[in-house]
Amino acid sequence: MRVVAAMSGGVDSAVAAARMIDAGHDVVGVHLALSRSAATLRESARGCCTIEDAGDARRVADRLGIPFYVWDLAERFERDVVEDFVAEYAAGRTPNPCLRCNETIKFAGLLDKAVALGFDAVATGHYAQVLDGPDGRELHRAVDPAKDQSYVLGVLDEAQLARAFFPLGDTVKSDVRDEAAARGLSVAKKPDSHDICFVADGDTRGYLTRRLGEQRGELVDAVSGEVVGEHAGAYGFTVGQRRGLGVDRSRLDGEPRYVVEVDAPRNRVVIGTADLLGVDVLDGEHLRWCGPVPDGEVAVGAQVRAHGEEVPATARVSGDTVAVRLARRLRGVAPGQSVVLYQGTRVLGSATVTGTRRAA
Amino acid sequence: MSAYLDHAATTPMLPAAVDAFVESARRVGNASSLHTAGRAARKVIEESRERIAGALGARPSEVVFTSGGTESDNLAVKGTWAARRDEDPARVRVVTSGIEHHAVLDPVEYLVERRGATVTWLEPDRCGHTAVEDLRAALEEADDVAVVSVMWANNEVGTVQPVAELAAVAREHGVPFHTDAIQALSHLDVRFEESGADLMSVTAHKVGGPVGVGALLARRDARLVPQLHGGGQERQVRSGTLDVAGVHAFAVALEQTVATRDVEAKRVLTLRDRLVEGALALDLGITVSGCWRAGDGVGRLPGNAHLLVPGCEGDSLLYLLDAAGVECSTGSACQAGVPQPSHVLLAMGYGEKEARGALRLTLGHTSTDADVDAVLAALPGVVERARRAGGIA
Repeated sequence: MRVVAAMSGGVDSAVAAARMIDAGHDVVGVHLALSRSAATLRESARGCCTIEDAGDARRVADRLGIPFYVWDLAERFERDVVEDFVAEYAAGRTPNPCLRCNETIKFAGLLDKAVALGFDAVATGHYAQVLDGPDGRELHRAVDPAKDQSYVLGVLDEAQLARAFFPLGDTVKSDVRDEAAARGLSVAKKPDSHDICFVADGDTRGYLTRRLGEQRGELVDAVSGEVVGEHAGAYGFTVGQRRGLGVDRSRLDGEPRYVVEVDAPRNRVVIGTADLLGVDVLDGEHLRWCGPVPDGEVAVGAQVRAHGEEVPATARVSGDTVAVRLARRLRGVAPGQSVVLYQGTRVLGSATVTGTRRAA
Repeated sequence: MSAYLDHAATTPMLPAAVDAFVESARRVGNASSLHTAGRAARKVIEESRERIAGALGARPSEVVFTSGGTESDNLAVKGTWAARRDEDPARVRVVTSGIEHHAVLDPVEYLVERRGATVTWLEPDRCGHTAVEDLRAALEEADDVAVVSVMWANNEVGTVQPVAELAAVAREHGVPFHTDAIQALSHLDVRFEESGADLMSVTAHKVGGPVGVGALLARRDARLVPQLHGGGQERQVRSGTLDVAGVHAFAVALEQTVATRDVEAKRVLTLRDRLVEGALALDLGITVSGCWRAGDGVGRLPGNAHLLVPGCEGDSLLYLLDAAGVECSTGSACQAGVPQPSHVLLAMGYGEKEARGALRLTLGHTSTDADVDAVLAALPGVVERARRAGGIA
């Protein structure tokens, strides 16, 4: 097959590309330029944005002897990922931009362009497995539980999955590093990327403040309704957050306080004690299925964050929405987060949480 | 076998230039040393200087060796600006065109942002021509002009400027005139003294010499503030140990290029026209940027074919052509891997969308009919695929 290897400049995508070549595919390396102002050379790469990363990817491609190009998807990334991220926070929700990026950039913008140019598939360095099942390709967790990235791929539909390769899903991370070193790839010891690639310093609240401006508002106690403090913008808070509330705990009762609600229209942040945080029903929309749409009520495992635990649940799909009933309460689930549904190691699909509640 | 159609980026070294390079690289000697080896090196430098001056219609003392075009442009623009402002602190204006190479544009922007310069932009017409009357008007309107810089021929679309007339207008107004002649050198009759320019940038690797050596031709009365400080090797204006092998190879390449230039320009022009006519006849909606007439190697560089392919992204075209064995470019090769719409096309009045599907095919001394055939054979399939990908990203 003719395959585009998406090469971020990191060790994982480098080894993924090498393995695709070994498997006999005709591979071309592509680095996605996701920022128009890529004129930065930062020491620790965070996955997408620096000239150094593009240079590292190029050197790996040289070493592997494959053609290499930089494709500019900056405009689309800004629109579909960054602006969506800011708008979601502004609306009081907590999005995961990595899922959006996989859905709209890597397996849409990049994949569609690759297919149009005559390629058959896209390979990435994600830790997840694509296995052949009785009804076609299935997305499964990686064998390395510490690195498993199936959560951020839970947005891929069947057509996208049909053209996706994840060559690292059967390997643990340390072996990937060893393999990179054995192959003589310069990126073998490069630190893992983490955080959000376009939030350069990892300071999401600071980033949002620069984009949205300071918006002073009230911090309100969930039980009494009393104003207990103020904040610089409700968008900077997420349900379940404990740090950075700026309330004097002694003025309350000494119990730690958490964000229990972000009320964007009124720019209010509601805080309360931990017992208010537990929910066991998640309502979701923007359903994405990696295979057939589940019919009626199905037993699943539900995961609400990238490296969160999986909780037994039942999911009931009705039309464009899903209700996920958890077997036990989870704390700190924010609207905007994605809930990914599993059956065994298989990813069924995902939904964006619109609301949370407690079962009656 | 691949068709190399990116001679404006760099052209293959001439065999005689490679020989000259190797011959000099085998010998030790710093041209500033006073012993026998040093004198031998100096002899090569000075002979090369004379040969280069001869080939360009200049005096040997007017040749200031540099590391290449970017340095020559920086020295000319920043060095002249600083010298003129030192003489008269009110003289801070640069007059230049919007289609200059970044090696001129960026120094100008630096002077504006960091040094208090002002700038008058000469807007090109749809062909990319700078009007002589526009320069005259700019110089009559402002009495604070430190330097004028207008390139001889554009590196992207190949438009040739009326350099002699522009230089004459600048001279009338007593303002130093610089021209970046780097793209013009291989196919046009570039003669420094005749041009009337005060300063002219040239580089070796566009005429079959090595990358990393060039020169700024500067009239003996041109005042320049050095931009590199050190040993003062070149007229106390440019410091750095002289590159004997590079300079030697530059002289050989330039001499050979000039000796065969008229014949070569005609040969390349015929190929270029066949390429353009063939591309237009494919019925793919392809147009030529700027102004092109068959047989015109005067208004537009003979080796330049710059095509606009509607509905396509330049990077898709580039990838597909590369895969088909055709090596070309979308504009200048100087962007850091990220395609940007060409500032040249934008300045000429093209929209961002039109500018996205740009394809620069440039011919040179190794170009053949087979290269043209390869492009024309590849284009239909390439354009069709690129168009499918075009609407996506």
